[in-house]
Amino acid sequence: MKTTSKKWSAAVLLAVVALGARAAFAQTEVGTDYRWVTFFVFAVIIGITMYVTYLAAKRVRSASDFYTAGGGVSGFQNGWAIAGDYLSAASFLGIAGLISLYGYDGFNYSVGFLVAYITVLLLIAEPCRNIGRYTLSDILAYRNDPRKSRILGALSVITVSTFYLTAQMVGGGVLVKTLIGINYETSVCIVGVLMLSYVLFGGMVATTWVQIIKAVLLVAASLVIVALVWAPYGFSLPGFLQDVVSDPKVQARVATLLGDPAKNMSAAELGQRFLEPGLYLKAPIDQISLGMALVFGTAGLPHILMRFFTVRSAQQARRSVVWAMVVIGGFYLLTLFLGFGAAKIVGPADIASVDAGGNMAAPVLAQYLGGGPNAFLGNFMLAFVSAVAFATIVAVVAGLVLASASALAHDLYVGVWRAGKTVTPQGQVKAARVATVIVGAMAIVIGIAAKGQNAAVLVGLAFAVAASANFPCVLLTLHWKRCNTGGIVAGMLIGTIAAVGLTLVSPNLTYPKAVKAAAHKVLDAVPAKRAAATEGLASADAAVAGKAKKDLAALDKAVTKANADLAKWANDETSFMGLEKPLFELKNPGLISIPLGFLGVLLGSLLMRDRRAEEMWNEVYARQNTGLLVSKSVAH
Amino acid sequence: MATPNEVDWDAIIRDPRFQSLHRRKSAFLWGLMAIAVAYYFLLPIGAAYFQDLFKIRVWGVINVALLFALSQFVMAWAIAIIYSRKASQDFDRMAAELSAEFANPNSQARPGV
Repeated sequence: MKTTSKKWSAAVLLAVVALGARAAFAQTEVGTDYRWVTFFVFAVIIGITMYVTYLAAKRVRSASDFYTAGGGVSGFQNGWAIAGDYLSAASFLGIAGLISLYGYDGFNYSVGFLVAYITVLLLIAEPCRNIGRYTLSDILAYRNDPRKSRILGALSVITVSTFYLTAQMVGGGVLVKTLIGINYETSVCIVGVLMLSYVLFGGMVATTWVQIIKAVLLVAASLVIVALVWAPYGFSLPGFLQDVVSDPKVQARVATLLGDPAKNMSAAELGQRFLEPGLYLKAPIDQISLGMALVFGTAGLPHILMRFFTVRSAQQARRSVVWAMVVIGGFYLLTLFLGFGAAKIVGPADIASVDAGGNMAAPVLAQYLGGGPNAFLGNFMLAFVSAVAFATIVAVVAGLVLASASALAHDLYVGVWRAGKTVTPQGQVKAARVATVIVGAMAIVIGIAAKGQNAAVLVGLAFAVAASANFPCVLLTLHWKRCNTGGIVAGMLIGTIAAVGLTLVSPNLTYPKAVKAAAHKVLDAVPAKRAAATEGLASADAAVAGKAKKDLAALDKAVTKANADLAKWANDETSFMGLEKPLFELKNPGLISIPLGFLGVLLGSLLMRDRRAEEMWNEVYARQNTGLLVSKSVAH
Repeated sequence: MATPNEVDWDAIIRDPRFQSLHRRKSAFLWGLMAIAVAYYFLLPIGAAYFQDLFKIRVWGVINVALLFALSQFVMAWAIAIIYSRKASQDFDRMAAELSAEFANPNSQARPGV
């Protein structure tokens, strides 16, 4: 196995580098003279991670090595790896983009992502380390019916990971396509093959190091950009923000966002509005609901929980979270400068023209800081940030695939299907690798099939299910004496069904009737607008004529889009769920589905009696508080 | 994995030192958790319902909203530090004492899984 895997990794390395090279040379975003820069940075990062995988492959001998790096990761390393696992492309590119387009509200997102780790630190990390072994279901199966809790736990892990994974694949495919011009399907395949080679050969050891390398690169790249943005102001926060709000590009953006009310506002007021809440998050209840999903959902994300099994003891698990909070919090503080810096230097309108969601804010900012599209440094910085973004996606996807594969191999195959029979250590590793290939191949297929899906909705769903099903079950089986199998079954089912069900009838889906009504409204307004613009075109004033020309172009674009919408939805009146309009007004179901999940565990536990769960309580209770025998479960 | 009877779990639970550890730990953890959750949800609630307060400028163009969001980082890090200190000074020592006493000497000799 050892020598074959060595040969395989070498072959995969060559194939990926070759593929990357061809693809990088076919791109359009970086100037033609500088394509080799992109290729070079990509090759270096892939080379380093492949070398780490090659070293790691030699160390993976048992199931414990494969799933948890043999429990040999230190708290400090694990903290960086958690940050690498958690800071997905959505947070690196998405939050910087939201800040650059909507100001303050974007930054509010960052806060929720960090505060989430308090829940993990105080309630989840240490007991999980003391009770679990490889997977989330290990914790559930400890005192509850092993068969039922493993099946439900594994299904929930696979559900949450699949939503998250699809979001990463879709986001990653689009990102790589925009940044370096590889087509969507190829970039999904590259992400998939790279991730598979890390996980398959190097298991958790390689995955951990890929995540650490990626986190370090991400923080380093962000620090450089922030230093360049902030230094001209002598690192003064009010000085920097003063300049941001005084910028005409920012003021024009706020005026566009506010519409009519902006007419009575001075330029200074418009600029200041960028630092005030309400430009992006308009419904108050939605903000609170989203906050709940973030703060409680993180503690139920299987790929994050799994990271606590890679350390030796509860103390190291605690250190992991503290380091993760330092890195994650520090990074989110940097997004403030990435986002506002992009708004000031590049301008919201230009950022939105590259990508409507603002996802390109950080890369484009890097290019501007380096001197723009025609300078070597500008292209180098764009290439570097693109390569980091790519590494980001691969690292997150690797963690997700490992979590799903462990649910499939350790819980369903070893724990349920072969329950009561011995599976040899070699057999367990083999099962883990087979499961990795199955999940990895699925990820690629789903990634390609889900082209065009909304990545934000999928991430929201992953957090909602994690917060509504996994979190109540894990929390209560660890901390509540009466919790039992009935509670786990009811909590998992009710939490998942509520979260998914409410999302399916929420405003997140496309409602063709509303889309078509909006398109008709646009088309109805066209004649009047065209007449006004044509009149302006004839004006002697060059400025008026120029504006009219721009207006006409925008009008043409709007008409094309409206017609495309009408054609696309011509035969549909209702959403995917057969609804004309949303049944449920919240974009994030957390506010309703999290309490329902808890209620499920409470009622299920109280209505059903389970002697084993009660008898085992003393052991769970003593073990999670003292950490007794943990060293045994990780020894090998 | 260890079989349950290697350690007398019931005896640990009955031990007054364990009960004292658990009582102090629970009060501390859930107390911090309640503070963190309450403080965090003031942010979306304030941003939605107390916009006049959030818009007050405090330091140049920096307003209450921005300062309050930044204070969340301080709160999160402070809780992490307070808890880590308390745990490594107090809880870990108490847990280690109990573990040393109750760990079955025979179980240590067996090879782990």
